Amino acid sequence: MTTRRRMPKRTWLTDSPVAAVVLPIIGLAAAIGLWWGATVAFSIQPYLLPSPWDVVVKFFEQPGYLLQETGTSLLETIEGFLLAIVIGVPIALVIVRSVILERLAYPLLLMVNSIPKVAIAPLLVIWMGFGQWPKVVMVLLMCFFPIVISTAQGMKSTPTELVELMRSLNASRAQEFFKLRLRYAMPQIFTGFKVAISLAVIGSVISEFVGATKGLGYVIQQSGASADTTLAFAAITLLSVMSIVLFYALVLLEHWLLPWAQEKR
Amino acid sequence: MIRLDGVGQVFDGREGQVTALEKIDLHVRGGEFVTLIGRSGCGKSTLLRLIAGLLPPTSGAVQVAGQPVTGPRRDVSFMFQRPALLPWRSVLSNVMLPVEIDKGQGDRGKAAYRDRARQLLELVGLQGFERRLPHELSGGMQQRVSLCRSLIRDPQVMLMDEPFSALDALTRTELSEELQRIKMELSTTIVFVTHSIEEAVLLADRVVVLTPRPGRMREVVDIDIPRPRSLGQNAHLTEVAAISGRLHALLAEKESGEPGVPGEVRPVDEVRP
Repeated sequence: MTTRRRMPKRTWLTDSPVAAVVLPIIGLAAAIGLWWGATVAFSIQPYLLPSPWDVVVKFFEQPGYLLQETGTSLLETIEGFLLAIVIGVPIALVIVRSVILERLAYPLLLMVNSIPKVAIAPLLVIWMGFGQWPKVVMVLLMCFFPIVISTAQGMKSTPTELVELMRSLNASRAQEFFKLRLRYAMPQIFTGFKVAISLAVIGSVISEFVGATKGLGYVIQQSGASADTTLAFAAITLLSVMSIVLFYALVLLEHWLLPWAQEKR
Repeated sequence: MIRLDGVGQVFDGREGQVTALEKIDLHVRGGEFVTLIGRSGCGKSTLLRLIAGLLPPTSGAVQVAGQPVTGPRRDVSFMFQRPALLPWRSVLSNVMLPVEIDKGQGDRGKAAYRDRARQLLELVGLQGFERRLPHELSGGMQQRVSLCRSLIRDPQVMLMDEPFSALDALTRTELSEELQRIKMELSTTIVFVTHSIEEAVLLADRVVVLTPRPGRMREVVDIDIPRPRSLGQNAHLTEVAAISGRLHALLAEKESGEPGVPGEVRPVDEVRP
């Protein structure tokens, strides 16, 4: 009965949809509990590590302000992310059509991706001023690479027998592209989106550290100057929530748009 | 219906040129069922692709319905070893794919084709599955959908590349018998590639035996067993055994022409140089 021991046991805890929602919440609650326990047990000063309760209180001292800053960061994140899709997907589609273009473009893409984004944040401010643009562009730079790579990979993953099928039906190049290759690439493109959206949030924070007057990144930077650790934690918590919500929004969108792709995972 | 004259195919391999097919002369009559049988690497799939217009021959001429083949034709359909269904399309819309690709040229309306698709699905026992997605079906059911798809435009010629070889033995037999039934109802010309002697004997009017590397026509065997044929217990066991034995012998024969023992099954790799 070695196989039984090796197989994960299947119970309602692994299979029911209720458990799928409840279990992550329990995990999160346990982590917060530990954090809280630590601050109480070792009587840690709030300027070093505030307790969860301090953070919640901090949020409710100025909820309007913090939500407004969250809105600013959210807008930059979504704008940059959508721009990365609008630019990245077509570039990937062009690249996969030609080996020469792919070889020309790949090292360039790798180079752009390897630049530490923090290093160019001040440059973006010099080039584009203090407005929203340097932030959106930073998010774009963060998202661009995973979207291009996964789209290109997806476009190359079409099984040969399906390509041959389309050929045998005398399909035009456009039909082969839209009815087969692009559709087949969608699950992989979505994987790129999901990687990119978390990076997008990070990008918006980085850009708000430099030359910004708004946004959660700015809030964190300011709280550092005044040693208001609790405020920084409140902002970080809001960022995490934002990141999680955006990620699951994409997961839901994928379930809705690509119901056929779930079986393949 | 199909005419091959002196057809040869040479591929550029990594270590020089590889002759896949040589001096193939074959005439398939309208409504005939011909199977191509041979070991792996004898170029039988290549031959099928030449007839389909998916590949231009290096030498010789291929004709379908009196016209030289220059590309895929709408009255010729191709069925693959794997079901090749689009995973995001329902069963019905997979069957309708050829009609959709070929829009504007349809001689009937789309609604008429949809009725035809339902009819075909019923013919292969898939009524009620029209809205399912391919991954919800078994391998045998998927291949049935693929069969319906290749029949939707009422092709004059059906080219089938080992369509049942990826299925389990029982399903394979079932589908072969179904294909035979469909064949008797429609007057489609079929060229069917296989490496199973059983399948060839069950389905074919004529069996073309190919030798490997380079693929040449070794012999054409007529099969006069009356239809419907079935596997297992039937009235023509002696004839079936005789023809199967002969095909075995032809396939087991070494390239030098040394005959193999009739009926003996040798492991494929043992015979290869």
